[in-house]
Amino acid sequence: MEIINDLLLFLPATIVAIGGLTVMMLDGYKARSRTIYTTTMVFLGIALGVASWDLLMQAPELIFSDMAGAGGTAAFGTFIVVFGTFFTVILTHDYLIGVKHNFPQVYPLLMFCTFGMIVLATANDLVTVFVGLETMSVCLYALAGIIRDKRLGVESALKYFVMGAFSTGFFLYGITLLYGATGSTSLPEIGAYTDGGLIYWGGVSLLLVAFMFKVSAVPFHMWTPDVYTGSPTTITAYMSTAGKTASFVALVLILDRAMPFIATELTATFSIIALLTMILGNAVAMVQDNVKRMLAYSSIAHVGYLFVGLAAGSVAGYSAVLFYLLAYTFMNVGAFGVVAYYEKNHDVHFNNVESYAGLGYQRPIMGVLLSIFLFSLAGIPISAGFNAKYLVFSAGIEAGLVSLVVVGVLASAASAYYYLRVMVYLYFREGKESVSLIEPKKVYSFSLVFLALLTLYFGVVPGGVTEMIYGYFSDSMLTATAP
Amino acid sequence: MAEFVWLIVVIPLIGFLINGLLGLSSEGYRKQKSVIGWLATFAVFVPFLIAFQIFLEMNAGSEPVVVRLFTWIEAGSFTSDIAYRVDQLSILMALVVTGVGTLIHIYSMGYMKTDEGFYKFFAYLNLFIFAMLNLVMANNLLLLFLGWEGVGVCSYLLIGFWYKDMEKATAANKAFIYNRVGDFAFLVAMFLVFRTVGSLDFDVIFSNLHLFNGDIAFWVAVLMFIGATGKSAQIPLFVWLPDAMAGPTPVSALIHAATMVTSGIYLITRFSGLYMTSPEAMLLVAVIGGLTAIVAATIALTQYDIKKVLAYSTVSQLGFMFLALGSGGFVAAMFHVVTHAFFKACLFLGSGSVIHAMHHVEHELEHEGKHVHFDPQDMRNMGGLKEYMPSTYKTFLISTFAIAGIPVFSGFFSKDEILAYLFNAGLGEFGAVYYALWGLAVLTAFLTAFYMFRLTLTTFHGTFKLPGKFKGAENAAKYLHESPASMTAPLWILAALALVGGFMGVPEFFVTTFTSTDATVNWLYAWLSGVTVRAAIILPYGVKWTLVAIAIVVAVGATILAYRMYDNDKGEATDAAIRERFGSLYATWEDKYKFDEAYEAMIIRPGNRLADRVLAVFDVKILDGFVNAIGSIVQFFGSLLRFVQTGVINTYAIAFVVGVILIIGLLIF
Repeated sequence: MEIINDLLLFLPATIVAIGGLTVMMLDGYKARSRTIYTTTMVFLGIALGVASWDLLMQAPELIFSDMAGAGGTAAFGTFIVVFGTFFTVILTHDYLIGVKHNFPQVYPLLMFCTFGMIVLATANDLVTVFVGLETMSVCLYALAGIIRDKRLGVESALKYFVMGAFSTGFFLYGITLLYGATGSTSLPEIGAYTDGGLIYWGGVSLLLVAFMFKVSAVPFHMWTPDVYTGSPTTITAYMSTAGKTASFVALVLILDRAMPFIATELTATFSIIALLTMILGNAVAMVQDNVKRMLAYSSIAHVGYLFVGLAAGSVAGYSAVLFYLLAYTFMNVGAFGVVAYYEKNHDVHFNNVESYAGLGYQRPIMGVLLSIFLFSLAGIPISAGFNAKYLVFSAGIEAGLVSLVVVGVLASAASAYYYLRVMVYLYFREGKESVSLIEPKKVYSFSLVFLALLTLYFGVVPGGVTEMIYGYFSDSMLTATAP
Repeated sequence: MAEFVWLIVVIPLIGFLINGLLGLSSEGYRKQKSVIGWLATFAVFVPFLIAFQIFLEMNAGSEPVVVRLFTWIEAGSFTSDIAYRVDQLSILMALVVTGVGTLIHIYSMGYMKTDEGFYKFFAYLNLFIFAMLNLVMANNLLLLFLGWEGVGVCSYLLIGFWYKDMEKATAANKAFIYNRVGDFAFLVAMFLVFRTVGSLDFDVIFSNLHLFNGDIAFWVAVLMFIGATGKSAQIPLFVWLPDAMAGPTPVSALIHAATMVTSGIYLITRFSGLYMTSPEAMLLVAVIGGLTAIVAATIALTQYDIKKVLAYSTVSQLGFMFLALGSGGFVAAMFHVVTHAFFKACLFLGSGSVIHAMHHVEHELEHEGKHVHFDPQDMRNMGGLKEYMPSTYKTFLISTFAIAGIPVFSGFFSKDEILAYLFNAGLGEFGAVYYALWGLAVLTAFLTAFYMFRLTLTTFHGTFKLPGKFKGAENAAKYLHESPASMTAPLWILAALALVGGFMGVPEFFVTTFTSTDATVNWLYAWLSGVTVRAAIILPYGVKWTLVAIAIVVAVGATILAYRMYDNDKGEATDAAIRERFGSLYATWEDKYKFDEAYEAMIIRPGNRLADRVLAVFDVKILDGFVNAIGSIVQFFGSLLRFVQTGVINTYAIAFVVGVILIIGLLIF
């Protein structure tokens, strides 16, 4: 039966969905939180295995009557999402125990959210995109406020929800207009439509607006600092990596399949958004004293760099964006992981950069790890972050966006200030009080070490992956330039 | 098997990662010293086995095999791969690095046993091996440079291993900074190569050597050579090497005698084809090598620190190798690299064994309640150690015979080959200079034998002098003992190699004189003939034999002389007599020709003054002012934007709507 075949090709999502339901049931029957955690990890582990297999073996294919895809970019997006989730769950478990709010509900929510993300990242139809986007968002609203007795968290969740609902309206309107103009919701069919017109362009604009909101591009970013600061730290890591990856992969898919012929006309818009986002994200990150909030703003800045790749409107640009997402997932989950570790040692408000003074010597391994992640975020060579930025910017140069890239490089150089500032406190400032850090759990520190190794590995050897990503766009309608 | 060459490089890296990361993160792991030690040792030994297998599958005529792993850097038309080259030269170097490396790892397990930084030491050693293998196996200049810098970093880390001692930390800095000077020249050489052939790939460079015409060949050769003077400690950049002895002794043996310091010779041998096109550059190499050889040998004559003598001796022997390179004897230079690796590693490890024993004595006396503080490296406190440390003594003696050039020991063959090349070069361009250099080299060979026996005799012969010199050390002798087997076993293996290693390069005329047919007894010569260019030796048999005779007379003569002057505790009296005899000349040697003082006066102090009075002012007033101004502007801007972030959701919605209008406006109109 075709549906069985399709489900098999959609296996990671299927496993995650079944896992989510199972975990929810376990919670309903009052299973111990340890059991719930273990079950979650088992399901995610299998899903990660299947996703890796798909990533390496599965040829691109369309499934569910062309509503979704498997292999190629779909497999790539699925892999990053599941990978990010897997590590988020490891870190979250420890973190929530550390801050004494180990709600078992967080696991089914994370699973459902991940399911939404996979749907989003594999979509081939605007309806699928919408379903995925909303499944993801609704879960994220709940996750943001999961610590119910924390005012900041609940407030941010509500803000997120209101603004999210607002943007959903725009998104639906965009789909409607596009359907009106082209008579289809399927991405390739929309892509075949070349005759512009007011309704078509209106649809495109509203669709892009909704995505810019989801990935927090300026000026649709206002919710981000609040939500990222208010949410539990590891959930922030999740939102900023897996969530952002899913949205960006969907956006790249839409741009590549549904809008290949207007890529050059979108360049100006994306350039302006990129410019605003890079400048504002970096400038505000610079004046933050709260490390978590700094990382939140810096994640806005990274969206700016990603938009440079989108603005390039070429195969090189889109593949650079995908590579960037991979690299960003490693280093950002890692950075938030260490921040969460420091935080749970003290108090939830233990995020002021000054309270990091001298911590680098206390648990050397954690200090070194945070330094690696921050170096990578700042784009220092021999880290994945450097190669990611390099690819994005070189795609920009190829597309002739020289001045945009110059601003991007300068902004990136400026970002070193606030990343390195954390390290200055870690290593070059005397700690005021005698803070003693508890020893991290083995699995916690091993996960972080693994992420750090990946960060370094893709800093030295970007070769294989970039070529693989390039291959995804081999039948692209864009005028491809050779790698 | 050659396609697995990447394993040779990767395994030490894995060893470094495991020991480094586990040691860093787990207190318990740090205590598992034998696990750490053996893991690190196998991370070098397994690559040795792989290299050996590859070596067995090759023959002198094998074509180079290039194993490309992946594209490392790609920018416009420039690409650089991570690619390794398996040919006769690189596999020879890999064997030396991993072979001697394995022995020194084993030795270190005994030597560093009680050190608290045990895991760190082995992690660094593995990292060094990784970098060194990259250097010798690389197939392009950029990867070679990565290894080149990598060994520099490891050298820095290991010299300053006991970084809490300020003097040692300073020595590490000094080594690093002097090397940077050379590295800069090397970088410029790389740029020149790239400009000339448009690639850094060895295959491309070697097949386009004709593009290096006249001046370019000269400058590339000279700049590369300046790079080599840094890494291989030649005039004017040699002063860091004696100070580098601050590191643990196994480090001195591995990095500062057997492997890293020979990388300059490797580099020039690799580019022998280029050097042969520029006789002027060759002359420069030879002259610098000759001067370094004699300068370092005379300084070695005056030193009392056992490791310092060996350090200057290393500088001097490296000078010998550059003499060989400069006279076209690239194979001879590599020959000396290999034999030197054997006997000098053995000598250093032997000195480590002695220092280990002297430390033990100090420690035990302390234990007894007697606080006797003496320099455990000063040979005037030693003497008579052969009774207590027979293995150390015998191996040390064998290696001393080797370095002195006594016949059938390995140093004899390699040194003789170098002298022959020098004399031979006297027949070509700049002949007079080469004859003079030959004279210098013979004199250096004499001095080498002399100061090495001075060292050996003062340390091991005569009576143990510590009890007589220090109050409270009267019964020190009973604490002297031989080092553990983990330390003496590597000594014996190295000594055996120092004894027979020379037979890999027996000069062909030793046989052809008598058989008058072609003979292929010189294995090394045949092995490297495909990968290096070399000058032809056109001397008649008579001259060749005369040269050999001179070398033997010089070596044996110096040995006998030293024996008469230094045996039976006559050491200090003899030194005083020599000081008397040579007067101010001796003082110059003792002051190490005032190189350090000259640098201090000419570069460091003016540099500091410039930095203080001009650059610091410029930096603080102008640069910092500029940067701070930008910083303040951005901060001001940032804090303004912060006000927009009110936390009130209405503002967010307004911003959203503004954004929508912006996008629609941009796209529709």
